[in-house]
Amino acid sequence: MGLLSKKDAALIKDPLTDNNPITIQVLGICSALAITAELEASIVMSVAVLFVMGSGNLIISLMRNIIPSKIRIIVQLIVVATLVIIVDLVLKAFAYELSKTLSVFVGLIITNCIIMGRFEAFALANGPWRSFLDGIGNAAGYALILIIVGFFRELLGAGTLLGIPVLGNPIPGELSGVYKYGYENNGFMLLAPMALITVGIIIWIQRSRNKELIED
Amino acid sequence: MEKRTDKNSYTILFAIGMVLIVGSLLAFAASGLKGRIDENKRIEKQQNILYAMGVNENEGNSAIFVSTDKVADEFSKYITKQLVIQDGNVTQDDEAYLIDVKKEKALAKKEGYSRRLPLFIGEKEGKTFYIAPIRGKGLWDAIWAYVAMDENMVIQGAYFDHKAETPGLGANIKQRFFMDDFIGEHLMSNGSFKGIRVAKGNADPKNRDKTDNEVDAIAGSTITGDGVSSMIKSDLKLYMPYFKNLKNK
Repeated sequence: MGLLSKKDAALIKDPLTDNNPITIQVLGICSALAITAELEASIVMSVAVLFVMGSGNLIISLMRNIIPSKIRIIVQLIVVATLVIIVDLVLKAFAYELSKTLSVFVGLIITNCIIMGRFEAFALANGPWRSFLDGIGNAAGYALILIIVGFFRELLGAGTLLGIPVLGNPIPGELSGVYKYGYENNGFMLLAPMALITVGIIIWIQRSRNKELIED
Repeated sequence: MEKRTDKNSYTILFAIGMVLIVGSLLAFAASGLKGRIDENKRIEKQQNILYAMGVNENEGNSAIFVSTDKVADEFSKYITKQLVIQDGNVTQDDEAYLIDVKKEKALAKKEGYSRRLPLFIGEKEGKTFYIAPIRGKGLWDAIWAYVAMDENMVIQGAYFDHKAETPGLGANIKQRFFMDDFIGEHLMSNGSFKGIRVAKGNADPKNRDKTDNEVDAIAGSTITGDGVSSMIKSDLKLYMPYFKNLKNK
């Protein structure tokens, strides 16, 4: 890849596939259930986590030699919380509309276990550049699943994508598109259990394609 | 040998240092940006009020406010009077829109305080709109609305918003398919205040019957919907005496 050594490239690539934080490490499930009813929310959350994880991993890695091990979890928590609050304040001042969409996610980002997990498992033991890549990679792996789940939940649950109707008009009397042939939106897709089942199906597909991932 | 970073004294000093740095960083950011944030909130209130009375730039199915650079002009053009109602006394106050409904609601719980109720009167195309702010609880956090009514307390427009309802479910109260259902709905029934219920299993999903005091609920958003019903009931009812006086004039 020229730009990145083979080992560095793996930091980005692995979390996208065989070491995905959601489907393999089973982290960050809570937020994956909470916000994937709409594709737009999934994308916004993905971008936010990408930013927080990239910069958070970098900061923790730079501080790794001076953090007292006894209070390292608290220090990690403070770093995430500070980052998120500062971003929120800046958005409120300069991009108010965007900040209103994001406000729901602020709390969810701080408690996202992928972030704490990567701080603890990677950034505390590795240099800044590699930690930064690891953060970006894991956030991208998280984003990938979020967007897939969000795509199917919004499509099947509401018949829209990014708020735009793609399957026609479901209102009785004005039916158009697939609704004319008796298709109906599945409201159940909008509820949390179906997010879990969708993630389950992704895990199933992934493991049946790569048998090495199956645990005994 | 024990590492330097494992010592108790180091840990305590580190913690103190970190708190000082992070604390001042956050305080600095918060106070530095406060002016801009407050200005954004003020503009948003004006946009919300104008939206409720139908001054907006709606396109297709999406709700769009008048743009931020035009809002101050539009606000002074359309909003002709701002009133504050307290203890039945009506006074004019050009900054009534800055009244914090959340604070007023909290104060009203104390005895001996009667809530200040802001009411904005707008004129558009010869029609008069009475716009009231209301506030209540959703599933996760606060929900609020600006409701525009005519002199008979028939709703002419509404803007709903929320702090943290679930995206795709309760958050849809700020979508047009929900807000527009309120237009034309009667708050009164047989001369007394009834409010509007966000109803599940409504026999009228297309909302043709405007006098049934019901609009269709959003699937999967029961608690947010109930919050909407109850804030309409509790907050808009307080404006009833004003509308009664209006008729007796």
